[in-house]
Amino acid sequence: MTSTAMRPRGTRARAAIAARTLRTDRWWLAPLLTVVGLTAWVAYATVRVFMHKWYWVESYHYLTPFYSPCVTDRCVEGASHFGRFLPGWWIVPDAALTLPFLLLFRLTCYYYRKAYYRSFWLSPPACAVPDGHTTYSGETRFPLLGQNLHRYFFYAAAIISLINTWDAILAFHSPKGFGFGLGNIILLGNVVMLWAYTISCHSCRHIIGGRLKHFSTSPVRYRAWTFVSKLNVRHMQLAWITLGTLALTDFYVMAVAAEWIDDLRFIN
Amino acid sequence: MGDNGSPAGKPGAKRRFRIWRGDENGGDLRDYTVEVNEGEVVLDVIHRLQATDAPDLACRWNCKAGKCGSCSMEINGKPRLSCMTRMSTFTEDETVTVTPLRTFPVIRDLVTDVSFNYEKARETPAFAPPEGVAPGDYRMQQVDVERSQEFRKCIECFLCQNVCHVIRDHEENKPAFSGPRYFIRAAELDMHPLDARTDRREYAQAEQGLGFCNITKCCTEVCPEHIKITDNAIIPMKERVVDRRYDPLVWLGSKIFRRGQEPQSTAGSAGKESVVHSGVRQVGVHSHGGGSGDPSAEVQAQKGVNWHREVPHPTAPAVDASGKLPLTELTFDRAAAPSPFGDDVTFPLPPEHLNFAHPSQDEKH
Ligand code: SF4
Ligand code: SF4
Ligand code: FES
Ligand code: FES
Repeated sequence: MTSTAMRPRGTRARAAIAARTLRTDRWWLAPLLTVVGLTAWVAYATVRVFMHKWYWVESYHYLTPFYSPCVTDRCVEGASHFGRFLPGWWIVPDAALTLPFLLLFRLTCYYYRKAYYRSFWLSPPACAVPDGHTTYSGETRFPLLGQNLHRYFFYAAAIISLINTWDAILAFHSPKGFGFGLGNIILLGNVVMLWAYTISCHSCRHIIGGRLKHFSTSPVRYRAWTFVSKLNVRHMQLAWITLGTLALTDFYVMAVAAEWIDDLRFIN
Repeated sequence: MGDNGSPAGKPGAKRRFRIWRGDENGGDLRDYTVEVNEGEVVLDVIHRLQATDAPDLACRWNCKAGKCGSCSMEINGKPRLSCMTRMSTFTEDETVTVTPLRTFPVIRDLVTDVSFNYEKARETPAFAPPEGVAPGDYRMQQVDVERSQEFRKCIECFLCQNVCHVIRDHEENKPAFSGPRYFIRAAELDMHPLDARTDRREYAQAEQGLGFCNITKCCTEVCPEHIKITDNAIIPMKERVVDRRYDPLVWLGSKIFRRGQEPQSTAGSAGKESVVHSGVRQVGVHSHGGGSGDPSAEVQAQKGVNWHREVPHPTAPAVDASGKLPLTELTFDRAAAPSPFGDDVTFPLPPEHLNFAHPSQDEKH
């Protein structure tokens, strides 16, 4: 009797290829750079957050984003917009109200997920390179099911971006009143990039219009969606750029506050 | 092309190839040295090998224009269309390694059995016509169909299905996971302005295994049609699932403003029929195997379409005792080409075995 070649019956063998991957390019480079980049940034941020000093430049009202808003009782007056209600233990970050949300926002970000699943978790390290794990359930169960909460953290991050914007505006200050220096440009650049990153978020793209079935009935939201979509294409770049601007802004404020350098002033 | 003395290249240069030869019982990479001419693609070289050193090398292809999706294989470890991979992308001293797709069972040499994908396709509910609009009266605006149109570019090469680590590295996930090609199908229909189904996101989450995807974007990297599978289909579908299940503001908004565009429906909500089936008014068993020999399903099939019935598989050619296609008539038991439908299928097929439902058959019942 003839049988047919295409009828699936049970699990049949795949091609027996001994090599785990036959890729000849440097596929390990991208995950390696991600590990190096993220580790370096997290190390810097951790050190800075628990330093508890050099976050505020009194004469120009520069406040680093890592301490905004400052809410522990060791905070200086100008840096605490929302009061100083938390105890100043060493372990409590001075921006304890915002930092956890920012951390969770980035941790559940679709881009960072891709980045750390590939590089830290090796699942998979690169395309067509085998997963480093024997079993896999993806984001179907706890704790990774929690990645679906990204949208909450997006809402939080949008509010925090407003606070950062406020900080950047307050920083146009000098002992004589209005002032403008290099620090302002850095603070402003950081805020602009933070907004670009936050708005280019996939959750934002969805909320602003992606969830509609008919664009034609909501022309305004369609245009907003088109704008966000354009930014969204650059989400990965913005994710790295904002890590850079955050570290740079913080470092600049630290350097001026510690009086390692003088702020370059244009006006006052 | 390939003329002797063409100015830019060295016509007829010999290049080294390693090609996987074998079948489900095993195989290995074999070395070949073969002539390569200016402007050729990997598929040309495979054809030259068939004409010279390896006449029995099996490979699947059709259009040689990157539009049929047949010639998928792995070239230097990367899933690619062999007809769209130019030899000029390799250096002259590079050995080019060609293997079959790794995720699917191998039939022979570079040919794999991709029926997994057709089973998943059959399980995905088809377009549901809107109520009260006669065929021919469908009108859509371009801005509304734009998103769906991107996904219509798919040529079903299954490179994305092959590269996806969820099933590539974990065979056991195959029953629960449909794969990126069917996520774009779900997204295409969920974003379609006239599709009447409201449960596609629940279906994607509960039946297609959307949660297995960890958005690592390999499907997007390999898609020869450059469909932004992850950004434009998978992530939006994940967000749509979140809408229903996790977002407090959307929930509040829909309570206060009673927005119409997001009809309420949840997989498994009480008082509703099963929402994740492709059949009409049916609550039957859901099969990931692509076919059920279940008699109750057969009875239901009389009442409406049941896509999970066992039906004769089309285009299944006859194979000989060793499970391979006979190469010559000498080794075959008949003096003619095998039927493309399988020689054990006789025509006409009994009507009850056809998966056909007349549009108005429900009214007669
Ligand atoms: S993005 Fe998701 S569907 Fe695409 S290859 Fe990765 S895990 Fe698979
Ligand atoms: S989505 Fe792209 S990679 Fe996947 S089957 Fe379609 S064309 Fe091929
Ligand atoms: S911030 Fe990256 S996807 Fe939302
Ligand atoms: S032969 Fe048709 S896509 Fe390559």
